[in-house]
Amino acid sequence: MSVHRDDLGARIGMWLFLFTEMMLFGGLFLLYSAYRSMHPVEFHAAGEELNVALGVFNTLVLLTSSYTLALSLTAVEKGQAPLAKRLIAATILLGALFLVVKGFEWSAEFRHGIYPNSPGLLQRAPGVVLFYGLYFTMTGLHGLHIIAGMGLMSVALLKLAKGEVKKGHSIFLENVGLYWHLVDVIWIFLLPLFYLAA
Amino acid sequence: MNTNYLEPQGRGAVRDWILSTDHKRIGVMYLGVMLTMFWVAVLIGVLMRIEQLTMGPTLMTPAAYNAMFTVHGVIMIFLFVVPGLPAVFGNFMLPIMIGAKDVSFPRINLLSWYFFVIGGALAVASLFLGGGAPDTGWTFYVPFSLKTNTNVSLAVFAAFLLGFSSILTGINFITTIHRMRAPGMTWHRMPLFVWALYSTAWIQVIATPVIGITLLLVILERTFGIGVFDPAKGGDPVLYQHLFWIYSHPAVYVMIVPAMGAITEIIPTFARRTIFGYKAIAYSSIAIAAFGSLVWAHHMFTSGMGEIANTVFSLLTFIVAVPSAIKVFNWTATLYKGSTKMEPPMLYALSFIFLFCIGGLTGVMQGALALNVHLHDTYFIVGHFHYVMFGGTGFAFFAALLYWFPKMFGRTYDRRWAFASWPPMFIGFNILYGSMMMLGLQGMPRRYFDHLPQYHSLHVAATVGSWILVTGLAMYFTTLLRGLLHGAKAQANPWGSLTLEWTTSSPPPVENFDVIPTVEHSPYAYNPTRTS
Amino acid sequence: MTMDTTHEHAEPVSYRTITTVWAALLALTTVLVTISHFSHFWAVVAMLTLTPLKAGLVLYYFMHLKYEGPLIKGMVSIALTTLVIFIGMMFLDIAFR
Repeated sequence: MSVHRDDLGARIGMWLFLFTEMMLFGGLFLLYSAYRSMHPVEFHAAGEELNVALGVFNTLVLLTSSYTLALSLTAVEKGQAPLAKRLIAATILLGALFLVVKGFEWSAEFRHGIYPNSPGLLQRAPGVVLFYGLYFTMTGLHGLHIIAGMGLMSVALLKLAKGEVKKGHSIFLENVGLYWHLVDVIWIFLLPLFYLAA
Repeated sequence: MNTNYLEPQGRGAVRDWILSTDHKRIGVMYLGVMLTMFWVAVLIGVLMRIEQLTMGPTLMTPAAYNAMFTVHGVIMIFLFVVPGLPAVFGNFMLPIMIGAKDVSFPRINLLSWYFFVIGGALAVASLFLGGGAPDTGWTFYVPFSLKTNTNVSLAVFAAFLLGFSSILTGINFITTIHRMRAPGMTWHRMPLFVWALYSTAWIQVIATPVIGITLLLVILERTFGIGVFDPAKGGDPVLYQHLFWIYSHPAVYVMIVPAMGAITEIIPTFARRTIFGYKAIAYSSIAIAAFGSLVWAHHMFTSGMGEIANTVFSLLTFIVAVPSAIKVFNWTATLYKGSTKMEPPMLYALSFIFLFCIGGLTGVMQGALALNVHLHDTYFIVGHFHYVMFGGTGFAFFAALLYWFPKMFGRTYDRRWAFASWPPMFIGFNILYGSMMMLGLQGMPRRYFDHLPQYHSLHVAATVGSWILVTGLAMYFTTLLRGLLHGAKAQANPWGSLTLEWTTSSPPPVENFDVIPTVEHSPYAYNPTRTS
Repeated sequence: MTMDTTHEHAEPVSYRTITTVWAALLALTTVLVTISHFSHFWAVVAMLTLTPLKAGLVLYYFMHLKYEGPLIKGMVSIALTTLVIFIGMMFLDIAFR
């Protein structure tokens, strides 16, 4: 079976996959918008309990990780492979940093007795339970996508090291970039919905 | 040397198949698994009908009956009708019809089959493990699906994987149609089956993830108690229904649009006429996909939505019937003054039109708000969706299989036995589901293990109808099986059709074409000198 | 349909452009967070305008949407529009019960 190369086709395929991610999270955004409209006061109150500083910090981390990954693609396309490798590695590290901060946030919340189905949480108003249910689900699902993205970037780094990704042959990295940037876009929406809800 | 795709390829019989990225083999593998699952679900249906043969328990407990209709629905919908024509005939025929050697992403194509098989295996496993088969109905409505001790999480996870399979197919088909058409094959020279697959693929990509997240939330709710659907924690069960039907309504268009596409290939071939209104059929497929995505809440008219929502969704439901009707008019017009040759595929295709009309029109009836209050959750609904999914997609699937069988397998089947399978199928089908319509109008609820005496005679009639229908099914599949094993070799173009797949050998060579063709005319240029 | 697809973008996006976009994203985030400490009304306005703007910058520059042809741009619009319609039509129910 002859293998043909079709970079535009590969990009179309990746964008179509990204649409499925948009719709996947979209269902959660739909639930958020519905429940927020039903419980505006409780959503506001619960939002005040989240750590805005950490949320904003993580936003800056993720925006910067998109920055480094975007730079890495240009570096590859300019034939600057060593720089590209360092930039991809930096992106992966920033992703890890994001997860570490998220880990701190979640464990703080658990220590305060805030986790799905916790006795403390169930005593509070339904709107608060829903807020946190959506918070853990959406940031959790987002975190899984961060992990997947880090995996993909590791593969891209390997391919770059082996010379399979190089100037003129960068579609794999480009598509990994598309995935990672979308994960960033989703967080761009999560920030105001949960942390700036107050 | 471009040998035919069924020839051994040197990795051993099993690995030649399950490691193959050839779209033709993948289509055949889908066919094998789908037909196996189909017969399991048919058996469950037969058992359900035997249960309704007498009042009170006949064969099973009420709990078992609940599990039966749930599993029947899950298998039929997620493992047969939704993958349906795209997984088998889309995979096999799409590249050849557009003059390509394969789809854009052959390895992802194989991956979609793996997801399909694993999802199917998990669905079957949910019948036997731990809590036993789910008893919620295939719709898994909350709050019951959150509380019941049956294997909801496993079944729902299986459905999630099957959705992923569907998504990957959709991504592959959209990209393939945009990128891999042969020189000269403009959009308006594509076969209409391809237009149908294209529209369907968009629904697969856009709508399926919504049920993905919904099912995931059911699992999270059951495992962690997050609260988004649990009324005790402030969750709104109607929101579950919204999310569920945002996929599951467009899903029925995933089921029917490719079926209509196959019918649109068969009718011109056997009427020896160009299709009437090519562009109308092409764009009506797109319109169905678009408008069909806007009507989901017509499944929820009695769930407690507000009047405005009810009215808007009812209006849109009437509108979405129009593009389907356009197709029916165009098929009929194609037959007019045609030189019709009756062959088994044509017989099944013509009966599709009849059965789909009944299914579609009863759907419009259900879209009327006042009528819906009376009909919702009755056997009328069950009759309606079997007319469209079985009389529609099912019969189109059977027609397509009769049509493309010689091409796919290089063999012919016994024409007379293929004809003979039709009367019991058609008659049995109408007795079974026509009875259900009448039962529903008289108020018989669906998903009930038992029935009142006033409904008894129609239930008996329906059960007898199911036996006649299954006889027809058995005849149909036996005919094809015998053709596969003992049939005479098929010619390249036994039907005299003009689409590209018939220019290849039967079965086609591994790479479809030795030389990629250049396309110069429409695929329906039968009798081009006729002006009417 | 010919398919010379090996060189899609004439030029890679410059380091300078990428850095400018990144700086803009950081700035917009700062504005968004600052405003949300003021009145609730302005916080909502900021959220409804600046957030899509940030997302748009990432889509257009980091994800190269600006440099893609009408096909991919059209596909993105279809996906986004559909999601908005789903949410909107769902509100037809819950806003008017």
